[in-house]
Amino acid sequence: MGVIFFLIFFSISVALIFLVAFFWAVKSGQFDDQYTPSVRILFDENKSSSKKTTLTNKRDS
Amino acid sequence: MSVDTFHYDNKVVRNFGIATMIWGIIGFLVGLIVALKFIWPDFLGFIPELSFGRLRPLHTNAVIFAFAGNAIFYGVYYSLPRLCKASMWSEKLSKIHFWGWQTIIVSAVATLPFGITTSKEYAELEWPIDLLITLIWVIFGVNMIMTIMKRREKHIYVAIWFYIATFVTVAVLHLVNSFEVPATLLKSYPVYAGVQDALVQWWYGHNAVAFFLTTPFLGIMYYFIPKASNRPIFSYRLSIVHFWSLIFIYIWAGPHHLLYTALPGWAQTLGTAFSLMLIAPSWGGMLNGLLTLRGAWDKVREDPVLKFMVVAVTSYGMVTFEGPMLSIANVNAIAHYSDYIIGHVHNGALLWNGGLAFGMLYFITPRIYETKLFSTKLANIHFWFATMGAIFYVIPMYWGGITQSLMWKDFTDQGFLTYPNFLETVVQIIPMYALRAFGGTLFIIGALFGIYNLIKTAKSGSLLQNEEAQAPALQKHEGDENESWHRKLEGRPLKFTLLTVLAILIGGVVEYMPTALIDSNIPTIESVQPYTALEVEGRDIYIAEGCNNCHSQMIRPFRSETERYGEYSKAGEFVYDHPFLWGSKRTGPDLHRIGGKYPDSWHLRHMYDPNSTSPGSIMPAYTWLLTQDMDMESMPNRIGALTTVGVPYSTRYPEYAIDDMKAQANRITQGLRENGFDTIEGIEITSEKKVIALIAYLQRLGTDISGENDPFGELPSSKKLSNVILEDK
Repeated sequence: MGVIFFLIFFSISVALIFLVAFFWAVKSGQFDDQYTPSVRILFDENKSSSKKTTLTNKRDS
Repeated sequence: MSVDTFHYDNKVVRNFGIATMIWGIIGFLVGLIVALKFIWPDFLGFIPELSFGRLRPLHTNAVIFAFAGNAIFYGVYYSLPRLCKASMWSEKLSKIHFWGWQTIIVSAVATLPFGITTSKEYAELEWPIDLLITLIWVIFGVNMIMTIMKRREKHIYVAIWFYIATFVTVAVLHLVNSFEVPATLLKSYPVYAGVQDALVQWWYGHNAVAFFLTTPFLGIMYYFIPKASNRPIFSYRLSIVHFWSLIFIYIWAGPHHLLYTALPGWAQTLGTAFSLMLIAPSWGGMLNGLLTLRGAWDKVREDPVLKFMVVAVTSYGMVTFEGPMLSIANVNAIAHYSDYIIGHVHNGALLWNGGLAFGMLYFITPRIYETKLFSTKLANIHFWFATMGAIFYVIPMYWGGITQSLMWKDFTDQGFLTYPNFLETVVQIIPMYALRAFGGTLFIIGALFGIYNLIKTAKSGSLLQNEEAQAPALQKHEGDENESWHRKLEGRPLKFTLLTVLAILIGGVVEYMPTALIDSNIPTIESVQPYTALEVEGRDIYIAEGCNNCHSQMIRPFRSETERYGEYSKAGEFVYDHPFLWGSKRTGPDLHRIGGKYPDSWHLRHMYDPNSTSPGSIMPAYTWLLTQDMDMESMPNRIGALTTVGVPYSTRYPEYAIDDMKAQANRITQGLRENGFDTIEGIEITSEKKVIALIAYLQRLGTDISGENDPFGELPSSKKLSNVILEDK
């Protein structure tokens, strides 16, 4: 059953990659604001669809 | 603050959309063909390339990698640039990705029906295609990561996290599961054998569901449901918790596919425990998606996009409830090997993946063609066909699966099996198979309405190839982000060293793995020996014909199974099985102890016409096995490859392999002649036909533990070589 140790190794490696990503995300402030991102994606700054272009520059972070 | 102007490439989005529709229809139709074979086994049966065993992998590959795969890229190439406020890093890579992926699919169509398969579920494609998949996947990943790196939006929206997880994890899964040694241009053997191969395969197989059919679609859900309803996601905080908990738990759940098998008990328990935990993040995500529509349910009534997406998320909730429940050993004992699982996966595939895919198509098409949906009414009709189709598919499969499984386990008062003949349990649920085919047909009709609607929509507008967009440049991000990342690492030697060590470790383990695994393949049952050359050929025919799609080779330690099939399967019996052939579904009986159960002539008649030995059987006839010649030429190469992956043949065995094949085949043919089987309905039975090799393999199956076997005893190689088998030192 040697292979199970390899699988555990690979699984932990993947987990570690994500752990590093998680720490990076927390440290770099990715999750500081937990409301604006959900609203921000609703606005597209398309030139062609002229709607709501005024709202786009309200990012004040 | 300067404002950048850039473009979104809608052409690649459009292309992936078209590919989703075309491959979707093809995948569904192949599914319908295989479904009809359950009712009329002879349907298209005269063409070997269209037999069930060869088409079933084509169906699964087409719907997973072609339909769902293209739908993923459709969603990613639309949403990622818009979330990053940047065009894709390289339009050229997008293009290579698109055409490369289609090439992979076409090569699947060009190999699977011809029996070129590894037999490992959802990883059936042979080694040259595996290499191409790796290349194209990396191209996709590079393009995606680079786009994220040069984004103009500091915040990485949760959908992108799901896309990143998809890329990273699928890459690792594909690489680990595809360690194989080529024997010929289109045939390879995995380095893993038996239990090890099974574990790797289901570690891959389960996570293919997790990271190909779930995480990318969750990303799609987190982008498209808010967009379509114009409501922010119910809780952004929950979505973040959902993401991180889901990816940390998912990867450990694989062993729940191997409960009650020869896999060590602790590994099974580990799989069950993590599978149960999965319900928390899954339902968190499901509720987050549904609650987004709070106060917007009136929109769901109007908008087909939201209808599809709501049903998709509801289905996700159902399926992720079933998953953990099916991972509980007692439940698994009933559901495993049965049609329940087929119902379970189609609930997810038709409604969750299908629902989001069609929802996206209805959302994106009018937008990139700058027009309105041709007909909302028609889209609603499509919605009802899809939903009713899925219901007519799924419920009969649940019903039939449980019915059949309980019949397998039923004992009379005297302690005998109530249904000793497996066939009785199959015939019982044929009406359910018919209902399933009806449901599938409804689903396909709906999809055709959808495609007509989308074509009409596209024709009424014109494609906005490069959509112009503007966003303020992210000054802090441009330029010095990379440096600061590096500088940080440089300032932390310990962390830097740790990461380097990790990188080296991964590389080292990858290189060392095959050798280590081969060493640990030492048989634990002394009497278990490798297959003879003819049996290897028979086994490869078994793989090519896809017998494992309907027959398992794993008898679980239940009285109902040992009564029916014989001694339960032990891990040590599979040490030379490259690949393992345990199967995951019993449309026909288990074959692990088929060896010696019937005379050779029974198998011959059964292959030629299953109804002659088992009246009412829904197994198709394999007449071509009696007329096609086996492949002797490549046998020395195949024995060589098997030796490389650790089967202890003597290094000189390849020289004698062909002689062995001929001698053993002659012996079987001779025996058949003596029993009056020189011909069957005018077809002469000669020793070089495929059926002879298959008989040799089937008669060997599961017989080694008796300790009375001497497979090489009478063969020429044993007279010329002092040892056909290297002694284990």
